[in-house]
Amino acid sequence: MTATTKHLFEAADWDFATLQRIHDACEEIARSELGLDTYPNQIEVITAEQMLDAYSSVGMPLFYKHWSFGKHFAHQEASYRKGLMGLAYEIVINSSPCISYLMEENTATMQTLVIAHAAFGHNHFFKNNYLFKQWTDADGILDYLDFAKNYVAQCEERHGRAAVEQTLDAAHALMSHGIDRYPGKKKLDLRAEEKRAGERRLHEESAFNDLWRTVPTGPIKSPELLNTERRRKLLGLPQENLLYFLEKTAPRLQPWQREVLRIVRHIAQYFYPQSQTKVMNEGTATYVHYRIMTRLHEQGQISDGNFLEFLQSHTNVVFQPEFDDQRFSGFNPYALGFAMMQDIERIVSDPDDEDREWFPDIAGTGDAMAVLRDIWANYRDESFISQFLSPRLIRHLRMFHLHDDPAESAGIRVDAIHNERGYRRVRSELARQYDVGFIDPNIEVVDVDLAGNRRLMLRHSVVKGAQLNEADAKRVLQHLADLWSYDVSLAEVDAADTVLKEYVVSPRELAAAAA
Amino acid sequence: MHIIDRRLNPGSKSLENRQRFLRRAKALVQGAVKKSSQDRDIKDVLEGGEVSIPLDGMHEPRFRREGGTRDMVLPGNKKFVEGDMLPRSGESRRKASGPGEGDSEDAFRFVLSRDEFVDLFLDDLELPDLAKRKLAEAESEGLRRAGYATSGSPANLSVSRTVRLALARRVALRRPRPETITQLEAELAECDGARRVVLLAEIEALKAKIKRIPFIDPIDIRYRRFETVPKPVTQAVMFCLMDVSGSMSEHMKDLAKRFYMLLYVFLTRRYRHVEIVFIRHTDRAEEVDEDTFFHGPASGGTLVSSALEAMHEIVRSRFRPADWNIYAAQASDGDNSSSDSDVVSRLLTDKILPVSQFFAYLEVGEAGGGPFDMPDSSLWTLYERLRADGAPLSIRKVSERSEIFQVFHDLFQRRRKQGKAAP
Repeated sequence: MTATTKHLFEAADWDFATLQRIHDACEEIARSELGLDTYPNQIEVITAEQMLDAYSSVGMPLFYKHWSFGKHFAHQEASYRKGLMGLAYEIVINSSPCISYLMEENTATMQTLVIAHAAFGHNHFFKNNYLFKQWTDADGILDYLDFAKNYVAQCEERHGRAAVEQTLDAAHALMSHGIDRYPGKKKLDLRAEEKRAGERRLHEESAFNDLWRTVPTGPIKSPELLNTERRRKLLGLPQENLLYFLEKTAPRLQPWQREVLRIVRHIAQYFYPQSQTKVMNEGTATYVHYRIMTRLHEQGQISDGNFLEFLQSHTNVVFQPEFDDQRFSGFNPYALGFAMMQDIERIVSDPDDEDREWFPDIAGTGDAMAVLRDIWANYRDESFISQFLSPRLIRHLRMFHLHDDPAESAGIRVDAIHNERGYRRVRSELARQYDVGFIDPNIEVVDVDLAGNRRLMLRHSVVKGAQLNEADAKRVLQHLADLWSYDVSLAEVDAADTVLKEYVVSPRELAAAAA
Repeated sequence: MHIIDRRLNPGSKSLENRQRFLRRAKALVQGAVKKSSQDRDIKDVLEGGEVSIPLDGMHEPRFRREGGTRDMVLPGNKKFVEGDMLPRSGESRRKASGPGEGDSEDAFRFVLSRDEFVDLFLDDLELPDLAKRKLAEAESEGLRRAGYATSGSPANLSVSRTVRLALARRVALRRPRPETITQLEAELAECDGARRVVLLAEIEALKAKIKRIPFIDPIDIRYRRFETVPKPVTQAVMFCLMDVSGSMSEHMKDLAKRFYMLLYVFLTRRYRHVEIVFIRHTDRAEEVDEDTFFHGPASGGTLVSSALEAMHEIVRSRFRPADWNIYAAQASDGDNSSSDSDVVSRLLTDKILPVSQFFAYLEVGEAGGGPFDMPDSSLWTLYERLRADGAPLSIRKVSERSEIFQVFHDLFQRRRKQGKAAP
């Protein structure tokens, strides 16, 4: 009798009262023991069918209509029906309130796991990580999506579906280059500017040294060069946010087209932090659900049997196949993230000499949660791995670094392995794999030929000899040219400023006619 | 925390996106549908199913990098030490599936629902020359709401409208509210003397007034009113004439049945008001129902004129040519007794073809023989001649299952005439 009253639930069945009890129990642990700080939760129970629906519109509850979402839906539905693909247990949305979708098929144990994982783990991360704070507006996203959906629908009514679809196609093709990677410069108001000018004068006066006058200046710039510089400054060049550039300066876009570009750009920006924090985000959520579930079991709130059921799915989630395994497809962010979080907990509470040498700041400080919360708030995958991947974990996962140079005919070189000489190299290479600066090709608008034929000039700075896929690049540039409505050129340039390849694309008739 | 149950929300939120996708990929999907329907049973075809289309037209391009020197960190080192060289051949395959994604996928597979499949399957087909349009008689009248009436059947009583009118009347006539009386009665219980008398009188008056003004009066009652509206329909009838005589082998019957199955599906899905008459014949013809037509066994001699005679009889008795668009499709192996030829010829030219919009003849042959190997049968020769004289007659030969759809499509393809409007 006592057992039944103590457990949150028995067997696999659940109802809404159970969910409420589970949530409250998790919340108690999350707040008092883990010190998590979350947005209010909203839990939505959905069917498998609706989960598939949600998949196709990048997990968002409402989204504008576009054929590409239908394509993904059709594809996912086919593989789901054939049993090639399982569905996620949950989807969680970075919004306030934080919405978690739970599938109705889940057992009570799974719901507990999912609530702990999404409603507390992810939720805390969304609310506290600096990238999300800087780039996303959790309060406004649902309203904005609603606006976007209606706006696109209105445009379709007014300007025809084909025209809107064409603009959206082009915008989607450029989506990965519609992101501000650095927070914009804050415009100073007049008073602040005056104050700054005063401060600068003061500094000049206090640091005056006649010697500076004798330092030779560079050669005097020709008027032509000055002109170019002025033009580039006026247009805000070089500009890597292609969608932003088009929205602001493309000469023949309709106002609604600019707004559509803006919508796509905002949505790309909203997802920008998520792509940079896969390992941390999943690691945090997995670590949190593991702690909460373990604690619930210790307190006797879930039975041994249910705890075993949890452990079974947990183990599946954090499984990392080795590189020669058929199932291997890169690092599993859940596995890597969870292993690192646990490792940090160990370093903080029970360090050995190696840890003290590698992590003097955190080793043995005792309060694991404080350290972890600080990490969750202030790092992204790249910085997180490059600072907190410990030698012990490198040994444990037996990591090694391969260097593949096509010019090397003998094969692929093993550059570093999990030994004293290799730790730092393995760590920094792995960190680079998660650095968006290296993942996305670096493409910028460098100039516009305003006096001549208005050609838009782009430049791809080639890193490590990796050039663009030609077929795709041509298609994307075609979209770009359609939006710009004059010629567009792209030069692929390596570090030594040698042009490796050049594309020139002219806009299609259709776009010119529509404009 | 809120818990929201979304399970009852309308599903298929992606339907619209899915339709857009299908519209965009229409030509590709249509090709795939036709290809996949070739080697399947007609019944299976209509169940929908999986199709795959080349990804090319539906590609979403992105700037992607490839080649160059690559660095990667992998887990699970067992025997490598720093400086080892690994041969490239075995490696490249595995790596290709690693960092790059979706590149290997050259075809895109997905499942079409039954309706989507059939719609695409039959998309560009139509009945030719659907000319005679006529307002049909009473049976195609529809009902339409038309306000309220003071009389009607109890089933049509409009409660909300009735109560609303009653309320308005009660307010207008100042019917006392029961609460007022209860209140006065409570007051009455507490006081005495002159006040008591006044109150008693007042209560009495109010009660009388309540009786005079009923809660619901017959004049409040309203009924929902409906009126009938005639619906214009185009009337069409399709005669399916099938030879089931002994000379037809199993294979030929199968072909004929497949053809009619397609025709049947096409008509029932595309034209709601098409009547279908099934006639099968040996040396005598009978009108049968759909089930017998497709599944009932029969055998005997051949007399094609019997079927035409039956058709003519039915047209005369049930479908006035002035009002109906009349179509016929005939399937046979082409064997007919030579004495019957003249009768057939006369029936067709004099009675049937003049009233028909379109007459299709399908000659089924043995498996293996191509359409050009089949010697011209007596019926074929006859029809050929009629056609040369300008009769609205289409004739085709079929000997393989896989040709059925092609031939069917050929016969009912949307004609250029209508095609002009669309680009």
